[in-house]
Amino acid sequence: MDETVSRTAASAAAPAIEVRDLSIGYGDRIVLHDLNFRIEPGQIVTILGGSGCGKSTLLKHIIGLHAPLKGDILINGRSIVHANEEQKRSIMSEFGVAYQGGALFRSLSLAENIALPMEELTTWSRQEIRKRVSEKLALVHLDGYESYMPSDLSGGMIKRAAFARALALDPKLLFFDEPSAGLDPLTSDMLDNVILEIREKTGATIMMVTHELPSIFRVSDRVIMLSAETKSIVDDGSPAWLRDHGATDYVRSFLSRGGTFLSSTTESGAPDGVPAP
Amino acid sequence: MIKKLVDRLIHCGETIYQLKEETVSLIAFLGDMAAAIWECILHPKRLRWKDFLFYMNNCGPDGLPITIMINALMGVVLAYQAEVQSHKYGADNFLPMVIGCTILRELGPLMVAIVATGRNGSAFAAEIGTMKISEELDALRTMGIRPARFLVVPKMWAMLLMLPLLTVIGDCVGCAGGYLVLSSEIGMPLDVFLRLTRQGVAVKYFFEGILKSFVFAGIITTVGCWRGFRTGNDAIAVGRSTTSAVVISILFIVLADTFLAKMFTVFYGWQG
Ligand SMILES: Nc1ncnc2c1ncn2[C@@H]1O[C@H](COP(=O)(O)OP(=O)(O)OP(=O)(O)O)[C@@H](O)[C@H]1O
Ligand SMILES: [Mg+2]
Repeated sequence: MDETVSRTAASAAAPAIEVRDLSIGYGDRIVLHDLNFRIEPGQIVTILGGSGCGKSTLLKHIIGLHAPLKGDILINGRSIVHANEEQKRSIMSEFGVAYQGGALFRSLSLAENIALPMEELTTWSRQEIRKRVSEKLALVHLDGYESYMPSDLSGGMIKRAAFARALALDPKLLFFDEPSAGLDPLTSDMLDNVILEIREKTGATIMMVTHELPSIFRVSDRVIMLSAETKSIVDDGSPAWLRDHGATDYVRSFLSRGGTFLSSTTESGAPDGVPAP
Repeated sequence: MIKKLVDRLIHCGETIYQLKEETVSLIAFLGDMAAAIWECILHPKRLRWKDFLFYMNNCGPDGLPITIMINALMGVVLAYQAEVQSHKYGADNFLPMVIGCTILRELGPLMVAIVATGRNGSAFAAEIGTMKISEELDALRTMGIRPARFLVVPKMWAMLLMLPLLTVIGDCVGCAGGYLVLSSEIGMPLDVFLRLTRQGVAVKYFFEGILKSFVFAGIITTVGCWRGFRTGNDAIAVGRSTTSAVVISILFIVLADTFLAKMFTVFYGWQG
């Protein structure tokens, strides 16, 4: 996609996200280990991998909700691992997150949900907030649902509302955990458009988890592929590159909907670590 | 035999370790809560006024019927038991004092607190626990909002305001319940009951009970919210945290009650 734009931006500024020797897990259980990568400002990066390989876990560590077992995470050059509560809050208020399950506040209406970050973190007037809330809702085609409670919305609507809430403050750094899972093709197309538009307008860095191949090829500059077998990154590159020249059969077939993978692993049965021919 | 003993020891060790973990988390939570309360005192605008009003209604008026019923019945039971005993010794004239003191100093605040633990403490734990499972707490944190300010402070203020009010009402209906028994069982007229109550029950006993109810309100809110934040990651965990909120609250309430009862007695002693 915008290869030239992101490359030039990359050389100019510090990485938006830098992960160093990161090992993460819960308790004694390691989910992913020794991860290293840098994400340049303005890049749209997709974290890809089988269900349960730790994509959401990685995302939650990067946004500072969990402490890693080892290693460091830098957001715009500031370590979120070693930050104290106050610094953490300040780093966190710079980004927008849409969680896998939506995580809308059930006691607040849709409009109040999206207005919340604005009320809490800005000094905007009531009118201004109302105007911006309608804008954000219109962006995800939810205008007219302002007064609905989250319990009265469908799963897909909740996803879109969560997406809109993540955009509330027009952050420069966005994290989406499966924003389009369970949406119809046209709606997820619409979200892709919104994502591209945001990057165009604000130059935001976006890190997302998704399984939607069409949307990966459409919006992602880069795919970081994780594996549950090796508990680490198996490959990293543009989606087209991974599909055609990925490090393993698993990677290539993942990006081409299992076509080559299913035929080539019926005998070996090993889904991962199959050496590239 | 030895294996069993070792197993026991390991089990004991684990329990002690867990106890330590829980204590550490409680202290951390208290710190968080204190910081949030302080923040809301310095910047009253940052208090969630809407939530505060909601919980005021929830903790006060909504709980009034059950509070009235239980306290009136406590007064009835207390008067009845006391009357049966004291009648044997012809000490009927002491009954209003016994009933008044017991209700104002102990039973009133205690029963109101126990009802509130069941109604509100458990609800606080369930609410926060559910929010934790649905990632709403994570969402708050990544918005740069202190969850305690959002979720604990409105509940705390509401409880601190409402529980003493409920206690005042509970005290009144408790004494009324006592009077009903005395008038029907030994035919004590109302004016006599009131006179004997005024003679035997000092005003400070009323304030002692109210002060206790402030402490109880703090305990119920703190423990309820703390257990909510400590909820594990599955649906059963919410049930577990509500149960532990109720059990731990009641334990702490009774402990505090014991301590305060002793403290006030010593204090009254000094006063002479
Ligand atoms: N809170 C938790 N405590 C303990 N283990 C967890 C917790 N959350 C996730 N896990 C484990 O960590 C691993 C990774 O989970 P994660 O949710 O990150 O997967 P995922 O890649 O996002 O999967 P999906 O595509 O299904 O969302 C899983 O094996 C899961 O069992
Ligand atoms: Mg996930």
